[in-house]
Amino acid sequence: MSMTESLSHGTSWRRVKSVIFRAFTLLALVFVLGPAIWLIVGVVVKAVPHWSWGVLTHVPSGNGGGLENAILGTLVIMVGVLIIAGTTGVLAGVFLSEFTGVNRKGRERGTILRTGIDVLAGFPSIVLGYVGYVALVVGLHWGFSLLAALIILSLMVVPYITKATETALRQVPTSYREGAEALGMRTGYGLRKVVLRTALPGIVTGLLIAESITVGETAPLLYTAGVTNNLPNWHLVHHPIGYLTYYVWTDWNQPLASLHYISYDASLILLVMVLSLLIVSRLVVARSQRHSEAAR
Amino acid sequence: MSGDNPTPIETSSPVASAIRRGPRPRRIAASLHVEDRLWQVATRVAVTVPLLGLLFVIIILAVKAWPAIKVNGPGYLTSSVWQVGNFYGAVQHTHGVAHPQGAVYGAWPLIAGTLESSLIAIIIAVPVSIGTAFALTERLPKWIAQPLGFFVEILAGIPSVVIGLWGVLVLGPFLAQHVYPVIANHVPNVPVLRYFRGSVGYGEGLLTSGLVLSFMIVPIIASTTRDLFLQVPVLPKEGAEALGFTDAEVARRVTLPWVRSGIVGATMLGLGRAIGETIAIAMVSGSVLGTVAPNIYGTMTTIAATIVSQLDSSLTDGTGFALSNLAEAGLLLALISILVNLAARSIVRHTGKLMAPVGRG
Repeated sequence: MSMTESLSHGTSWRRVKSVIFRAFTLLALVFVLGPAIWLIVGVVVKAVPHWSWGVLTHVPSGNGGGLENAILGTLVIMVGVLIIAGTTGVLAGVFLSEFTGVNRKGRERGTILRTGIDVLAGFPSIVLGYVGYVALVVGLHWGFSLLAALIILSLMVVPYITKATETALRQVPTSYREGAEALGMRTGYGLRKVVLRTALPGIVTGLLIAESITVGETAPLLYTAGVTNNLPNWHLVHHPIGYLTYYVWTDWNQPLASLHYISYDASLILLVMVLSLLIVSRLVVARSQRHSEAAR
Repeated sequence: MSGDNPTPIETSSPVASAIRRGPRPRRIAASLHVEDRLWQVATRVAVTVPLLGLLFVIIILAVKAWPAIKVNGPGYLTSSVWQVGNFYGAVQHTHGVAHPQGAVYGAWPLIAGTLESSLIAIIIAVPVSIGTAFALTERLPKWIAQPLGFFVEILAGIPSVVIGLWGVLVLGPFLAQHVYPVIANHVPNVPVLRYFRGSVGYGEGLLTSGLVLSFMIVPIIASTTRDLFLQVPVLPKEGAEALGFTDAEVARRVTLPWVRSGIVGATMLGLGRAIGETIAIAMVSGSVLGTVAPNIYGTMTTIAATIVSQLDSSLTDGTGFALSNLAEAGLLLALISILVNLAARSIVRHTGKLMAPVGRG
């Protein structure tokens, strides 16, 4: 009798714990989604009622104006990072995946290279920004400039692109490479036509994620790109360049309401850019997965 | 077409004897074709470029920090005074390093602020992330769990300056008005909890910073944990359920132990992000130098936030000593961040994906 009682007591306590667990998981989800929706809706609600399309076609003036220079500047920086970090990162990833091989003891080579790239990935962006400032802007007398910003941002995102490329290439089955070689393809030709083509979705995803990081960066740009209200020109050095995050960072605590709106407008544009980059990257992955399943 | 079927070569030249010794297919296939060569050279160059960049960054930091390290000594890590000195007065020399009169730098408040805010972020983010991952993998139907999971994942990409803007204008003031006073007035005055009492300020400070950081790292930890949970085989879970385990017990005794090291790795990854976060903290921390927050609501600063907010004014120090001190702070931050990051990667490398879209400041 007493035994069944204690058993039923234990069972009910276990049931209570189970209910608590379920409540906890849903509460945790709410705790994540709540602030996220609060933030996104908050930015939209602040930006949209005062939104004017003139933001896209005017440069900032003392009491408001637009963000044309910043939008174009951010796009220029994105293209520059894609060229510098994209090329370097993809090629470095190809090297780590295809050309390292194993050493005589049968261990994988390239460990030192990978560790170095991991160390670079661990560098806080503001520290890279500091180095860009003292070494490039001041040390080399470049002044606030596009090139300094591009070099520092590229150093920041290159580990991500390298890692993404290497991972994507490693997922290409060895049989593909063997097949290419058996068909008599040269290494380079087989790499280009078979291996890289198969890994392309993964590589593109890595590039898109790197671009989304580039768009959202502030700290490394503040002391390398400087800022200007003029439109971007084609000078690499001696000319500062504007970018979106700068206007969020400075305009929010200015005393003019019109500048607060600029701050929120820039936030909205940033959110749209970053989220669409990430959504496109997801679509690339989904598409490639569908194709690979169809091929099986 | 006489070349189709080569006749045996009868000369005794070295080339001929080499051919007679037999074919070496590897050599023939990888004959130094321009494209193959180009791939090898280009990729080799490309992999050295980031490493040279890394070397460059380390050297610049070390060279810039050296004067400050010489003057400050080990006391830099424990002292709380942060005084730039008199930029217009006489220049003093200590250990051969020129610095303004009265310049004293101590990084303890920055170190404490960095560690405290990251610790708060981790304490909040880890249980929330694990709960979210359970909700997404076990509790919710797939048609809603999948889009929600993607939503959580892309939250990691929200620019930190936007989160900072929201934190300082919306979240901070809201908490300071409606939440912090309730906690501060009802917490008992006992040793640890005393830290939660006292003035709550205006919403810029340690707890707000920790909350903002936790909001930034939850997507990283939660999406990694979710992927880990999806890798746990179904059979052990079903077996446990068949033995009469409740779902809470399955979670605690089967799923969590299965992926424990992966969760540790994901947490370290989030910690690395929290330690290096700059802009959002510079906006919501209150950015005071020279003091450690007296209670959990107090204004504070971190290493990263100090560098970004002080770099501008450090240029007015003609001796360059202020700039050098920021390099020392940066070196310290880089060391902590790299160690955490390497630890995280060595753990997560074995457990799968590591490409959360991590913005960094």
